[in-house]
Formats: sequence, structure tokens, C-alpha cells
Amino acid sequence: MNSEPLLLATPSGDVLKLRPEGPWTAANVSALETLSRSVGANVDQSRAVTLDMSGVSALDTLGAWVLEKLSRRASSSGRSAEFIGVADHFSGLMDEVRQVNRHTPPPSPAPNPVLLRLNDLGKSTVGAREDLTIFLQMLGALFMAVIGVLRRPRSLRLTSLVYQLYRIGWQAIPIVVLITFLIGAIIAQQGFFHFRRFGAESYTVDMVGILVLRELGVLIVAIMVAGRSGSAYTAELGSMKMREEIDALSTMGLDPVHVLILPRIAALVIALPILAFIGSIAALYGGGLVAQFYGGMAPAIYIARLHEAISVAHFEVGILKAPFMALVIGVVACSEGLRVKGSAESLGRQTTTSVVKSIFLVIVLDGLFAIFFASIGM
Amino acid sequence: MAESQEQFAIRVRDLVVGFGRQTVLDHLSLDVRKGEILGLVGASGGGKSVLMRTIIGLIPRQGGTIDVTGRPVGGRTEGAATTWGILFQQGALFSSLTVRQNVQFPLRENLVLSQELMDEIAIAKLEMVGLRAQDADKYPAELSGGMTKRVALARALALDPPILFLDEPTSGLDPIAAGDFDALIGTLQKTLGLTVFMVTHDLASLTTVCDRVAALADGKIVAIGPMRELLQSEHPWVRAYFHGKRSQMLQHEMR
Repeated sequence: MNSEPLLLATPSGDVLKLRPEGPWTAANVSALETLSRSVGANVDQSRAVTLDMSGVSALDTLGAWVLEKLSRRASSSGRSAEFIGVADHFSGLMDEVRQVNRHTPPPSPAPNPVLLRLNDLGKSTVGAREDLTIFLQMLGALFMAVIGVLRRPRSLRLTSLVYQLYRIGWQAIPIVVLITFLIGAIIAQQGFFHFRRFGAESYTVDMVGILVLRELGVLIVAIMVAGRSGSAYTAELGSMKMREEIDALSTMGLDPVHVLILPRIAALVIALPILAFIGSIAALYGGGLVAQFYGGMAPAIYIARLHEAISVAHFEVGILKAPFMALVIGVVACSEGLRVKGSAESLGRQTTTSVVKSIFLVIVLDGLFAIFFASIGM
Repeated sequence: MAESQEQFAIRVRDLVVGFGRQTVLDHLSLDVRKGEILGLVGASGGGKSVLMRTIIGLIPRQGGTIDVTGRPVGGRTEGAATTWGILFQQGALFSSLTVRQNVQFPLRENLVLSQELMDEIAIAKLEMVGLRAQDADKYPAELSGGMTKRVALARALALDPPILFLDEPTSGLDPIAAGDFDALIGTLQKTLGLTVFMVTHDLASLTTVCDRVAALADGKIVAIGPMRELLQSEHPWVRAYFHGKRSQMLQHEMR
């Protein structure tokens, strides 16, 4: 039973007699492939091929197919091929295998590489327009939901809103504080290290203060929120879409935007400025610690310098941007979530897209705000 | 037990499986003969799937022995794909692979063979389960429920395993598709000489394709035998199952 498979080829005149022996099963597939290849030339030369199956001890689909392929190779060029001595318990399988692989579809023509590139380019152009449409649609739907809430304030999903605030605001505080603290400390350390060469160490405080309050505090926090909460929104809404929960809501006469999306985005819009504020303070604190232990600047002097260097305008510039960034993150995350299709792969892809796109848009928005504030002189 | 060891594909003895304090299978014994189609019925949540998953090693057991083709089963076994094929309820196709790649996956992982032969075998398997070669490049998300089950069956059979486990193969299919699927399983069982272990609620499947039916209640096999014998069974749960209103209606029409 456990012996190796064999294929004995005996040419008698124009007729080639093939006698497979032993187990012709998937376990011996490499031996089978070698055997069938070795008699290939003989098959092509002879006028008729007879396959004597009486020596086969075990046969499965793979073995049967290898033999069938040999017989088809013979019969394809007008020669005759036949199986003899097929044991009863193999005949069903042999008959089955004889039916398969008869209608191989014509291979699709190799695509033109230039056309392929153009096709991709066209697709991504159309895709970009589609992205913009979806973004605007979501913004519009959100606006309508807000109007609905303003007209009937009791229709606001307060429980959901508070829960989302807890999740994306309160629970995010530790990590936001830790990271902004480190960023503030790093900026201060770099400032002291490089400004020391031309004796401008005290300006480090100006740099830390302005940079953190105007730009970095809110930007870092927004990027973190996009990665932490935006991805969660996309994945949640995506899996709800996959399990038809969103369709169920719609059929009950409820607007998914109102029930699911408005509380989430509203929570983001409320939480992000708060997180940005906390983050900025943590960064200033980190800068202060570095000033004391690395720059040798007493805390009182650090605070006094900070007081001189920054004004409320710097703080306003930073914090004003936060709700807009939150809106962008929320709209992108929710619309990507609703674009999820049936498969798990699609969920992963949309989540990635959501994070990448919202971080990109947050940075673009930050640039636009920088231009805007510069031109109004803030 | 006059029958010799050779005649059994699966032998389960005194199997105990539980989660926490709850005992799901309580000293269960079951024999599956080689070359038969055994249907397993039981209440929803009564441990049918647990039994199947324990036999294939997905759930740890607390006691008892399981022999599959004469060898004891313990944990995850190497080369399991050559021993048995499993058709999961939802198909469990790999969603990132095409139909062709799904069927080729067990071949690729277990054997060394040329891509050409692998392609031909995959198409052969797909045609054997009633699909066309054109469907091979689709992704699982593009398939209908019946096609998903067929592809999953083709994947389960990729290595020609002697034993096939089916978890509710006809659930979610319309009666015509379910009937076709039953016929397909019957045909494949004959051509490939399979032993089939089928968990099902489909009375039509039980009557048409199953050689024997086992009834699982209170963590034990309370009745086993051809459908005709089970209908005569005096066990209260078995009576309730086969002589309830729904069952009566079906059986009446079958007569």
C-alpha cells in the first residue's frame, strides 16, 4: 500500500501501453508529476495509448487527473487513448474527472501597460471627485441633522453624545497629555541646545510658547484623535453597515445620520478643543521642566518669559482651529465607515483610508488657517 | 461490538466537554462508519456544533477519547487537511483570496506541485461541485450563498480527505438549491468514497441523503439509526423533534 507510485511504459508497435502502479494520490504528487512528464515524449510519438489501470492501489482526484491529462494529451492530436482495467470503485471518480476542465475560458488578453496606467489615472481622478461629493453630502446631511436638532432640541441623542464624549474625550486624556508633554519637552531641549550657540537661550521660551499654542498643540492632538477616534468611528460604522444595522435603522424610519453620526461628530467637535487645550498646557509644562533641568532656567523666570512672549491671540489662533479639524476628522471617518462593503478586507481598507485622509486634510486645513490668520494679522 | 476497528471512520468514547460550570457533552459516545453519511440532529444550542468542533480539535475536551481513522485525535494535528475537510456554516472562505486561490490554499500548503497542475486541480474541483471555470477569479464577496457553500465544499475536498464535516450545509439556501446541494454531497460521497458527518436541521436532507441519523439531547446521543428507526424512537425529545407540527407536515407529504 505504502509503496511508491510507478508508471511502466511498454511500447508494442505503434501502441504505447502505460501501466500505472501503486498509490496515485495527492501525497505522492511530485513523483506523479515527474512520472507523467517522463512519458510525455513517448505519448507524443506513439499512435495509440492504452492506460492499464489494474495496478493502481489507491486513486484520488489528483492522481486521476494526472492520468486523464496523459490520455487527453494523446487524444488531442487525433490519436486514440483508452483506459482499461479500471477497478469498480475507481470508475466513478474516473468518469467524473473525464468531465472536468473541458471548457477552459479563453485567457484574457494581456492588457496594454500604457492603457493600464491611463486607466488607473482616470479612475483615481473620478475617485477624487467622488470623494469630494461624498464629503459634501455628509456635511450637508450633518447640517440638516443639526437644523433638525435646533428645531426640536429634545431629539438630540444626549446619552449617545455623553458616551462618545467619555470615550473620545475623557479616555483620551492620558495619552494626549503624555505625548504633548514629550513633544513640548523635546522642542524646548532642541531650542536650548541650538540657541545656546549664539546666546539666545531665553528665546527658547518664546519659541515653545508660540509653536505649541499656535500650531503644534492642536495639530498633534488632532492627528492623535484622527488615529485613535476617527479609526474607531470608521470601524464601528463599517461593521454596523456590514451587519445591516444601518439598514435596520433606516427601515424603522430613523435617520442614521441623526442617530449615529451627529452624536459622534458633535462629541468630536466638543472634545477636540478641550483636548487641544489640555495638550497645550501639558506641552508648556514639559517645556518648563526641560528649561529648569536642562536649560538651568528657574520656573519663575520661565513663566515670566512665557507671559511676555505670548498673548491671548496665540491661544485663540490655536484653539479656533480645533473644532474645524474635529469636523473634518468626524466627517471623513463617518463617511468612510458608510462606504464599507461586505468583506472584512473592505473594512480594513476603509479604516486605513479614513485615518490617512483625515490626517492629510487636518494638515491642509492647518496650512489654510495659517494663511488666513497671517493675512488678518493675528 | 462485533464490528472491527477498521469499519469506523470516527469513534468517540465517553466524551466530556464543558464551558465553565456548564457541561455541554456528558459522556457521549458515537461511532461513524466508513463510507456512510451520518446526520446529527439536536436542539439549537444543544451541543451539535460543539461535538463537531471537538472532534476536529477546535474545542478542548475534558475527558474521553476520539479516534479518527484509527488514530487518536489530540489538539491541532499536523496535516489535518489530508484527514478531513470541513465545510463551515458561513463558508469561512478567505475573503482576500479569489475562489481559485481559496481552493488551491490547502494544496499549496500541504504539497509541492507545479502551478499548472494546481490550477487544473482547482478548476477540476470547482467543476466537480458544479461551478464553472469562469467563477474562479471572483472574490468571495461577489458570490451568492449557494456558490459560497459550493466553493467552501471544493476547498474542503481539495486534498481528497476521507472524512468530510458539514456544519448545516443547507441552511440559508432555498429548497431547490438545498436539494441540489444534498444531491451533490451524495454524488461526491459515492465518487470519492467519503465518510460524511453532517450537522443539520434540514429534515429533507436527513431523509434523502443520510444513511443514519444520530439525535443529540441532554449531552448524549439518545438515538441513532436509519431515519425510519428514529421515527419509531420512544425518546421524548426525539419524538418531539420528528413528530412536531412542522416535521409531521413534511413527513406527511413525503409518504
